[in-house]
Amino acid sequence: MNEFSSLREMSAGLDRGDFSSVELTQAHLDRIQQANAALNCFITINAESALAAAAQADEQRAQGNKSPTLGLPFAHKDIFCTQGILTTAGSKMLSNFVAPYDATVVSNMAAAGMISVGKTNMDEFAMGSSNENSFFGPVSNPWDHGRVPGGSSGGSAAAVAAGLVAGATGTDTGGSIRQPAALCGITGLKPTYGRVSRYGMIAFASSLDQAGPMTRDAEDAALMFGVMAGFDPKDSTSAERRDAWLDTTVANGIAALDRPLTIGLPSEYFTDNSNLSDIDAAKTVLQKLGHKLVEVSLPHTQAAIPVYYVLASAEASTNLSRYDGVRFGHRCDDPQSLQDLYERSREEGFGEEVKRRILTGTYTLSVGYFDAYYLKAQKIRRLISEDFQQAFTKVDVLLAPTSPTPAFKKNQLTDDHVAMYQQDLYTVPTSLAGLPAISLPCGFCDGLPMGMQLIAPAFGEELLLQLAAQYQGKTDWHLRRPGDSA
Amino acid sequence: MSQDAPDHSNHERNSVDVNHLAGLARLAIGNDASTQIATDLHAIIEMINTMQAVDTQGVEPLSHPLDSTARLRCDEVTESPNPTHFQSGAPSTVDQYYLVPRVVE
Repeated sequence: MNEFSSLREMSAGLDRGDFSSVELTQAHLDRIQQANAALNCFITINAESALAAAAQADEQRAQGNKSPTLGLPFAHKDIFCTQGILTTAGSKMLSNFVAPYDATVVSNMAAAGMISVGKTNMDEFAMGSSNENSFFGPVSNPWDHGRVPGGSSGGSAAAVAAGLVAGATGTDTGGSIRQPAALCGITGLKPTYGRVSRYGMIAFASSLDQAGPMTRDAEDAALMFGVMAGFDPKDSTSAERRDAWLDTTVANGIAALDRPLTIGLPSEYFTDNSNLSDIDAAKTVLQKLGHKLVEVSLPHTQAAIPVYYVLASAEASTNLSRYDGVRFGHRCDDPQSLQDLYERSREEGFGEEVKRRILTGTYTLSVGYFDAYYLKAQKIRRLISEDFQQAFTKVDVLLAPTSPTPAFKKNQLTDDHVAMYQQDLYTVPTSLAGLPAISLPCGFCDGLPMGMQLIAPAFGEELLLQLAAQYQGKTDWHLRRPGDSA
Repeated sequence: MSQDAPDHSNHERNSVDVNHLAGLARLAIGNDASTQIATDLHAIIEMINTMQAVDTQGVEPLSHPLDSTARLRCDEVTESPNPTHFQSGAPSTVDQYYLVPRVVE
């Protein structure tokens, strides 16, 4: 067993009795202890509770529990509420917040016997594409410490890429699982909106937020996804379904793809040819596997970024109004009045990007602007959604780049917010349409990993995972590690 | 340009009142920061305004990505109040009340 073993390999090792969950968990904690100072991918390390949970898992295994996830270490993005453990969302506002309850994702994974070794760094309240907006400092990309890991789930992506954990949870509002997965050379699945409960997941933009797994390969993504997903009566937007394939996949792995697919290439995603050679190579692999590639059009793609920043900022300004210094979170010293308490607590507690988005949302929702911005954006959102529906009458899945560029240098885009927002160009449309998408490593550009994404109709995650697993069976990009020659 | 698009002349963009917005958002913003924020907001609003070129005549707004409505739960008690537990992270409480500066003299 080495630091780059997969969850499935560790599961098999536990099953054979090669090592115990306590030994496995301790090995993870040792690696995190050794590497975190350079990468800064963890905000909190749960050594004590992780080892206690691992001891319990070993006891259950000794009593005959054969669950494939029992005793497997992983990490949670620090956006999921964890009872009794700090939950910061990367913000000073919540730097003292110990959640009084567990998120459903947290309780689902604990019930499956998985061991959370810590909480990973992230852009504050999931707002960012570089993990440079964290109150707890930037995360380094394991492939080049001078570069960003992407965001907002940058800590999770870096921890998986560096071999500190084999799997981590992430959340994706406009690309926050897929873009860091691409920039760190790992696999990241953004499920269909409603697949995974949002209960206890700190809200950024409620009509877009969705949690998913970040792992080295599609098999591990499927394993974690099967545990994370499911109907939750505590989330009013949770989809009332539990597809049988989820349980089958956890138990037996991803079922082999048994038919050739028609894969659509949206022409609007292929206009910038500067970083497309890896995608071109992936197309060849997919064709050799017997799939048919056809060009399709998603004509409203260019409007997705402005629409997203209207809707997400408006929802954020509403969601973040709860942080007022009264009931929990940061409170300013010596407030002179209630207004002063609100205004200074929020000024001190929120970082610059969060304030910009709150103010943008306040602007677009203010009197006289609602119809021109929020309502207009919702109408274009329907057009974007209809573009995808139209495309899926002709194709089974779509193939596109995940990110316009490989990992960029730290501080490169921090002063140009609009340029930073363009990082989400290829991921935001899918989020607006609520569709599932998976990002996979597909090559290298100047020694840095590149990702491609596959997009499916709503609740089509199984097809994505099957195609991803088939592709990874024929390529080794997902097996490359930082330090390897590219 | 759709008919509900606002006037986006330079005059209008330059008139974004950061202090008014900050007041609405309950954010204390100093004069030094205000100028930078105004510049940033102008750039963001300019980017956002590019969506006004899309013709949305007759299109219904989409509020839920899968066009479904929020499910209602049964009106049943599922949890009991536990103020000590839930107020354990509050900055200041007395007798299960949250303390804030005096509002009425």
